[in-house]
Amino acid sequence: MATRQTSSLARFMLAPSVLVLLIWMIVPLAMTLWFSFQQYNPLNPINDRFVWFSNYALFYNNPAFLQAILNTLIIVVSVLLITIIGGILLALLIDQPMWGQGVVRILVISPFFVMPPVAALVWKNMIMHPGYGVFADIARFFGAQPIDWFAQYPLFSVILIVAWQWLPFATLILLTALQSLDGEQKEAAEMDGAGFVNRFIYLTLPHLSRAITVVVLIQTIFLLGVYAEILVTTNGGPGYASTNLPFLVYQKALLEFKIGQASAGGIIAVILANIVAFFAMRAVGKNLDK
Amino acid sequence: MARAVTTQHKAVATAAAWIVALLIFFPIFYTIITSFKSEQEAIQGFSLIPSGTFESYSEVEAQSGYFKFFLNSVILSVGSTILALLIAVPAAWSMAFAPTKRTKDILMWMLSTKMMPAVAVLFPIYLIFRNFGLLDSRIGMTVMLMLINLPIVVWMLYTYFREIPGEILEAARMDGATLWGEIFYVLTPMAVPGIASTMLLNIILAWNEAFWTIRLTTTEAAPLTAFISSFSSPQGLFWAKLSAASTLAIAPILIMGWFSQKQLVRGLTFGAVK
Repeated sequence: MATRQTSSLARFMLAPSVLVLLIWMIVPLAMTLWFSFQQYNPLNPINDRFVWFSNYALFYNNPAFLQAILNTLIIVVSVLLITIIGGILLALLIDQPMWGQGVVRILVISPFFVMPPVAALVWKNMIMHPGYGVFADIARFFGAQPIDWFAQYPLFSVILIVAWQWLPFATLILLTALQSLDGEQKEAAEMDGAGFVNRFIYLTLPHLSRAITVVVLIQTIFLLGVYAEILVTTNGGPGYASTNLPFLVYQKALLEFKIGQASAGGIIAVILANIVAFFAMRAVGKNLDK
Repeated sequence: MARAVTTQHKAVATAAAWIVALLIFFPIFYTIITSFKSEQEAIQGFSLIPSGTFESYSEVEAQSGYFKFFLNSVILSVGSTILALLIAVPAAWSMAFAPTKRTKDILMWMLSTKMMPAVAVLFPIYLIFRNFGLLDSRIGMTVMLMLINLPIVVWMLYTYFREIPGEILEAARMDGATLWGEIFYVLTPMAVPGIASTMLLNIILAWNEAFWTIRLTTTEAAPLTAFISSFSSPQGLFWAKLSAASTLAIAPILIMGWFSQKQLVRGLTFGAVK
């Protein structure tokens, strides 16, 4: 009685979420897949037709596409390296006994709450501007020539900004994991004469492994989609030097109205994300079982 | 002696941590300082002492109607969060208290929708929005932000609800409580903290969303993300004004964020790290 009533009610309660997400997932993606086989230009429909895989062939023929994929991967990998290594070091440091730990935590976590356009503009204008930025002031103070970061090292500049935004996230997750490490175990290891390095390699690092996995996966999902940071700083340039896949798709779709090419780029992005998602789901799913 | 911490050790750790923390926080700090400078001062080289003028703040409002964008940010982030909760609370509830064989699959599938890259559906969504007259509308953006964050909301609520012990339900049932009685008098009070945490995190995520809000709005429904992005063009050199606009845009969420560190860890790791 109660169980039957409960189970049909349960299905009824679940339905809206499932339905909404089902539509959200299937309809637009099916449209993108369809457009990716078309030559389609809403401004000039004369040549619109079905073109099979020729939009995808552009990935081999157009250097911009290859560079965009490469840039996407460079951004993801470099930011991951910076935030994971920096995050571990920072978490270890903050985990030490100190005065004002709460305030330190708040200061470190803050960049994560800054909206991407603000982060990008603040770095672009006030920190890295070749004329008036703080970096330029420092360079001049030491008698050096200020660097025009966004012109000379566009991809590096974008990576720096994105890493600044995500370092707090990695630090916070790793610090939380670190603080759940059994104090007695640490003490025992210390008593046995294990030095700091040995304790880190044989005790701390294995304990952090799951947190590190989660950070890598979650960040990868977001880093594959870096967009606003590029839009307000380099606008993808110079040339295609700092254009990633999301930015290229945006340019093709909404600036050049080459919908077929943009859609093919979108499908490639889906494939990239799926490779990551495959591993992400396995890791999170494993955790569900416990 | 194992755990005895020497004062010297503590002093070194304190100094090192504070230096790093202040460096990381510096861009935000400098933005706040610059917002209290005049445009002249802002480009006169490095200085941490502003003249303390509020003129940038009043100019931002006077020249660009800043308040409208702020209001849009509030409406979109709070609106989409409430909408997501209305749909997600029943779903998370039923999965936590009446799980079936497929519950885990459904949860994993919901999470997988979050992994779809936004650009992959940019044009179809643009087309759909245009045809339904939803471009630059608050309703369209609210629904959009709800869809993006719904998987996280369901997941987070699910991990909170699952911690409510099922035995309490049985006890209430034995005492003759009806199904609705159970929900209103027994479970709801226990679920409120989890719902509140979810709400907090979701408002933060929606407030900072910077792809759809920039691409699908122009003026009417544009929130602060879109407004600030417009500073990248000619206005970009009015730094005091940019700083004032930025400070106002990040302040509320920064303060909320400070209070939501635990929820953030939990929500964004899907309960894997607590």
